[in-house]
Amino acid sequence: MDHSDKNVLVVGGGIGGITAALELASCGIKVTMLESGPSIGGRMIQLDKTFPTLDCSTCTLSPKMVEVALNHNIDLMSVSQITHMTRKGPGFLVGIKKNPRYVDQDKCTACGSCAEACVMKGRVPHEFNMLLGKRAAIYIPFPQAIPQKYLVDPERCLFVSRGKCKKACMDACETGAINFDDTGEEFEMYFDSIVLAPGFDVYDPTEKQELGYGTLPGVVTGLEFERICSVTGPTAGDILLDGKEPKRFYFIQCVGSRDRQSGARYCSRVCCMYTAKHACIVRERIKDAEIYISYIDVRAYGKGYDEFYKTTQENGALYIRGIPGEVVEGDGCLIVRVEDMLSGEMREIEADMVVLATGVRPRKTTGVLCDILSIDRDEYGFIKVDAVTPSLTNADGIFVCGMGSGPKDVPDTVASGGEAASRCMEYIAKGAGS
Amino acid sequence: MPEQTATRVLTCIQCGKCTGGCPESGKTPFNVRMLMRKTQFKSDIEESLPWYCTSCGACTIRCPRDVKPSEVVIELRAKLVEDGDIPLALQKALENTFVQKNPWGRSRNKRADWLEKLDFEVPHVSGTESKRLLFVCCIQAYDPRCMVIPVNVARLLKAGGMEFGVLGEEEACCGNEIRRIGESGLFEELQEENLGSFTEYGVQEIIALSPHCMNALKKEYGDTGIKVVHYTEVLAKMIAEGSLSFPGSFEKKVIYHDPCFLGKQNGIFDEPRAILKAVPGLELLEFSRSRETSLCCEGGGGRMFFEVESVYQRNAEVRVIDAGKRGAEIIAAACPFCVMTLEDPATEKGLVVKELSEILMEVL
Repeated sequence: MDHSDKNVLVVGGGIGGITAALELASCGIKVTMLESGPSIGGRMIQLDKTFPTLDCSTCTLSPKMVEVALNHNIDLMSVSQITHMTRKGPGFLVGIKKNPRYVDQDKCTACGSCAEACVMKGRVPHEFNMLLGKRAAIYIPFPQAIPQKYLVDPERCLFVSRGKCKKACMDACETGAINFDDTGEEFEMYFDSIVLAPGFDVYDPTEKQELGYGTLPGVVTGLEFERICSVTGPTAGDILLDGKEPKRFYFIQCVGSRDRQSGARYCSRVCCMYTAKHACIVRERIKDAEIYISYIDVRAYGKGYDEFYKTTQENGALYIRGIPGEVVEGDGCLIVRVEDMLSGEMREIEADMVVLATGVRPRKTTGVLCDILSIDRDEYGFIKVDAVTPSLTNADGIFVCGMGSGPKDVPDTVASGGEAASRCMEYIAKGAGS
Repeated sequence: MPEQTATRVLTCIQCGKCTGGCPESGKTPFNVRMLMRKTQFKSDIEESLPWYCTSCGACTIRCPRDVKPSEVVIELRAKLVEDGDIPLALQKALENTFVQKNPWGRSRNKRADWLEKLDFEVPHVSGTESKRLLFVCCIQAYDPRCMVIPVNVARLLKAGGMEFGVLGEEEACCGNEIRRIGESGLFEELQEENLGSFTEYGVQEIIALSPHCMNALKKEYGDTGIKVVHYTEVLAKMIAEGSLSFPGSFEKKVIYHDPCFLGKQNGIFDEPRAILKAVPGLELLEFSRSRETSLCCEGGGGRMFFEVESVYQRNAEVRVIDAGKRGAEIIAAACPFCVMTLEDPATEKGLVVKELSEILMEVL
């Protein structure tokens, strides 16, 4: 069947959205991919490696990202969002706001001269690196970003925010790509169906004061540690803390998951395995590292996961059954107070770095998105789905994939992206038949 | 509450978070996680164990399943109280409270004796316009070391131009420790008696001296409609608004110890610090374990009224050693129990413990 006159909107450019978009596009459907950030790639592109194979995350994902950029059936809109929606028959009339990038996408060659010249260079906390590194006000979030183009951060650019700057970037740009008159665009488009892939946020453990996040140096979240390990991260892949290589690592599981105190009774499904992965990365890069992992129970449910867990143990990561009560300041180190339940002993373990296996939360923008589209959410704010058709939302013709509907690892997200794409095609085909 | 905790304890996943943050686990035979497990199975629990708990509340605040372990411990104690199998000193404290409305068994007629130390009259709360009550409670009313606290706070409130009254001999123990010893019946009696007075005299606001009393009055007396604050909240506000200031100077290095019932359990961390920072010359230091991770002094949960075996190192001693390492000359606390427990090891090691109001009186 020819679907070339059909349009689908995919909201979110992470691995779930990318999977759905590529599958729909391969069937000839015209896809508009809306990404709120400056690049597609989502959370997965922030990861150093993926479990249980320890494959390089970027190496797996960036070919797919490039495919999105090159596919004639996919129109990628970055720094864009939905403003409103009205139903039109089986389809949707959607208001889209493309925010200005202030850099002409056709002229920019991504040479980077602008960022080198920017007066804010090295002064703006870098979101992609979980605020650990600093960038300029004109930037590309990471080397493999798609679109492979620079953009201006309007909040931090002195000229955009205050109207006052010598605009060294403009002088540096050889192609004249920078355009401060860019006002973005707002328009309406018709779509036959919508796939949502809003992704997730990581739990902010600041409220768990007993763990010292935000108050004790050396206490980081899982995603921060991911950036610290990554070659595109703030330390270019060397595991460093204040320029020094830590030797003693303590990983704490279930931070903000299965936890009534933080309002999330669910298991985040990825933390057990990403912690095992972190332990493997540490062992590989710092041979003499001491590695401790506190757990309640290890949930190694996927293919190859339990084997991976065992390998992690064989490689010398000490699993401690018991969640630490407190992380406190020691003599030039951190002290983790924990009951080692299997031996019945209370231990005070010295560590240089404590990594909190922070759980997942619905992405903050999911609420607004769902309000615009009249989509129901569950008690936690994840999108409500049908039990046997896990991409089906309460709104006819709108489907969801990935973490938007609840915690999923990469393989599950990819599978759900495919499921959403096929349900979407089914919906379109039904419309075409009637 | 009992039914709720009974169900809650069944949802305990034995994660060990409670023991990891417990001020008693490790050094004593007390293992709060194990007690939860045994409670699930209704197994026998050695009678001395529940009495180690200091009711610091860390386990209950942090438990991911909201099992409220410290409340389960209170239930275990309640059973022992019912059977009469409790340490003699505690038995005595309960009897005293029943008869004299204070755990030390001092005469109720002497409850307002501290007022004699003032050079001005404090009216009965019924005679005040604001119906603002300074709730003194037992240790401050009777203990020679702590009697100075109400005297100081009364002077400070007066200096700040705040009207307040007292209940005098009509005041009964707040019952905070009594409930934690496991005598909920006696707690309810005290609560009823106090609430009766509050209603009779139209009390609108209560300023508590001890964080323990504040906790009971604020969180365990039900929905009274009465605003309950700790005196440090009042003083911090006066200082911020400019109605209270300190002309003197206090050139000392002071380290502030967060009481569990003020800090962890009621989130009052900044007010005492703001007050100390307003004292000219005072240099404020912090413990390595401060605010939410402040180490319990072991004075709560009935531990004020009896001694557990002393073979274990006291947390107060750990605290004093840390204070010394940090270069402190004075340990300040805003809780009478903390003052009492910290003072012994501090004196031994040449440090001074002061209740916050004592520092303020030196500069007023």
